[in-house]
Amino acid sequence: MPLLEVRNLCIAFATARGCFRAVDGVDITLEAGEVLCIVGESGSGKSVSMLAAMGLIGWPGRVSAEAMRFAGTDLLSLSSRQRRQLVGKDMAMVFQEPMSSLNPCYPVGWQIAEALRTHHAVPRARVRDRVVELLEQVGIPAPATRLGAFPHQLSGGMNQRVMIAMAISCSPALLIADEPTTALDVTIQKQILDLLVALQRQRGMGLVLITHDMGVVAETAHRVQVMYAGQMVEEQPTAALFAAPRHPYTAALLDALPERAIGRARLPTIPGVVPGIDDRPQGCLFNPRCRYADDRCRTEPPALAGAPGWRARCHYPLAVGP
Amino acid sequence: MLRFLLRRLGLIVPTFVGVTLLSFLLIHLVPGDPIEVRVGEHGIAPARLAALRHTFGLDQPLWKQFLDYEAGVVTGGLGVSVVTRQPVWDEFATLFPATLELSLSAITLALLVGLPLGIVAAVKRGSVFDTGLMGVSVTGASMPIFWWGLMMILVFSVTLGWTPVSGRIGDMYDVPPWTGFMLIDSWFSDDEGAFSSAVSHLILPAIVLGTQPLAVVARMTRSAMLEVLGEDYIRTARAKGLSGGRVVVVHGLRNALIPVVTVVGLQVGALLGGAILTETIFSWPGVGHWLVESIQRRDYPVLQGGTLLVASLVILVNLAVDMLYGVLNPRICR
Repeated sequence: MPLLEVRNLCIAFATARGCFRAVDGVDITLEAGEVLCIVGESGSGKSVSMLAAMGLIGWPGRVSAEAMRFAGTDLLSLSSRQRRQLVGKDMAMVFQEPMSSLNPCYPVGWQIAEALRTHHAVPRARVRDRVVELLEQVGIPAPATRLGAFPHQLSGGMNQRVMIAMAISCSPALLIADEPTTALDVTIQKQILDLLVALQRQRGMGLVLITHDMGVVAETAHRVQVMYAGQMVEEQPTAALFAAPRHPYTAALLDALPERAIGRARLPTIPGVVPGIDDRPQGCLFNPRCRYADDRCRTEPPALAGAPGWRARCHYPLAVGP
Repeated sequence: MLRFLLRRLGLIVPTFVGVTLLSFLLIHLVPGDPIEVRVGEHGIAPARLAALRHTFGLDQPLWKQFLDYEAGVVTGGLGVSVVTRQPVWDEFATLFPATLELSLSAITLALLVGLPLGIVAAVKRGSVFDTGLMGVSVTGASMPIFWWGLMMILVFSVTLGWTPVSGRIGDMYDVPPWTGFMLIDSWFSDDEGAFSSAVSHLILPAIVLGTQPLAVVARMTRSAMLEVLGEDYIRTARAKGLSGGRVVVVHGLRNALIPVVTVVGLQVGALLGGAILTETIFSWPGVGHWLVESIQRRDYPVLQGGTLLVASLVILVNLAVDMLYGVLNPRICR
């Protein structure tokens, strides 16, 4: 039984110009203890998909899915109260902007303690000790003295550690990290990632890491899903994806990595931009930017297809080998 | 916190000088002086007029009069009313509790009703409730007090006969002024029914005076809440599995209160001014009523002293708001 199973997820937002599908037909499967990376450009729907799994999409967004199960529990049939008992306890999330993701009015210790108290994770008398333990686990020096600190008194890296402490406070089986290092300095990025991976190994959590950094993917993920314009376009185990991408978009993304362009005069790029709300093309969403596109790609939307080990949303998946 | 407080207190001195100078100049710009106004059209012997003017120091050059007044203020004397010969401070101290009682009731009403309305409107943004409330609140905020007061009297006092028209308490009750707050004094008085009489006298003026602040508080709370509810930390709070109510009140309202408190502080200042109209309509024996009369009588000491005292209160309230601001918002002065 997978830890998280989402089939055919669609998320639509009612806008002034009508209904906009931010996510369309995304499948996510995660086994317990697995690290899944979701990659894609900004606006490709990766964050929204995971927010939907957490039940955090509010009005005006509408979430629908064929199935959405967490450790065997059908999330779609839960009342919002029952859903809240899972969220923050068994499945937790770390966000992109640590400085604004913590409430500026409350000390960080209080904010972590609130999660513990809400889910009755430890007896009341033990809450403070537990918070200190958690801060220590996420590598905050002199944790007992930081309990009363406000978010503005800590650095971005420290705040992200606090966010992680808060997320793991109730020992979740699933941790979702939504670009946890984007807002941080490069040196701190590495520390935070190492911390997340270490915690994942120690605790055997399932980890979904949303990122657009292929370097991060290569270092951490067991499996990778690539998203483009609200659709999942490819899914493969990490090593296989880097060795042999099946979707032209993934291939183009990998080609654009500076590490892979050594010796070339110019860094390869993908021409054009991601289609916006109004200009979704006919057929394959990637066809205007794809160098292999033909008439079929411009008229007929491809389905997600593949063989055991890989899936890609393409009429002409790339062959293995050079 | 201490340095912050000292800096704020330091600013009070120039404010006081400004207030005293302005109130002095403005009242002296108005034609006529207290003696002329009292004498009226009957006339008076020029020698007697000069003697009276001399008694009150009105024959001195303007700058000298101002300096004398300032010297009085600095040494703690606000002077004596030209009309009643009572010390200004004593008159103020007798009348002020009535104004304070009215203003506090009005602001309490505004907060008790305005905050929840604003919160609900923000949470249910775009709903019929939200749109309706915002429409009504524009009307409330732009309602002229004198018109609104008269309409309320017309409906509730004259037509329905539910509340009395004027005063603080029924004539048959003799409540000793222990605190000056009629609600408190009547509560502890032996007279049965004195308290309910005080309430029924207070309720209409409080509603009239509280209408504008209520509308402003509701609108401000709504817009502050709307902004706060879109913040990342609200998403974090929901990701913890907190209930909707806890997210809105503990995580949302706490942050939204910061701008609301600022507005309420400004409203308290406006209330003391707005109370002048309300007090006049309901014959409420307070400071506003007293100041209006002092203008008509050119009672310089009362007008200057009263203005100074009201200004001091506004300054104190603003200071309190600034300190509350520091308590509410940990990013300031810690």
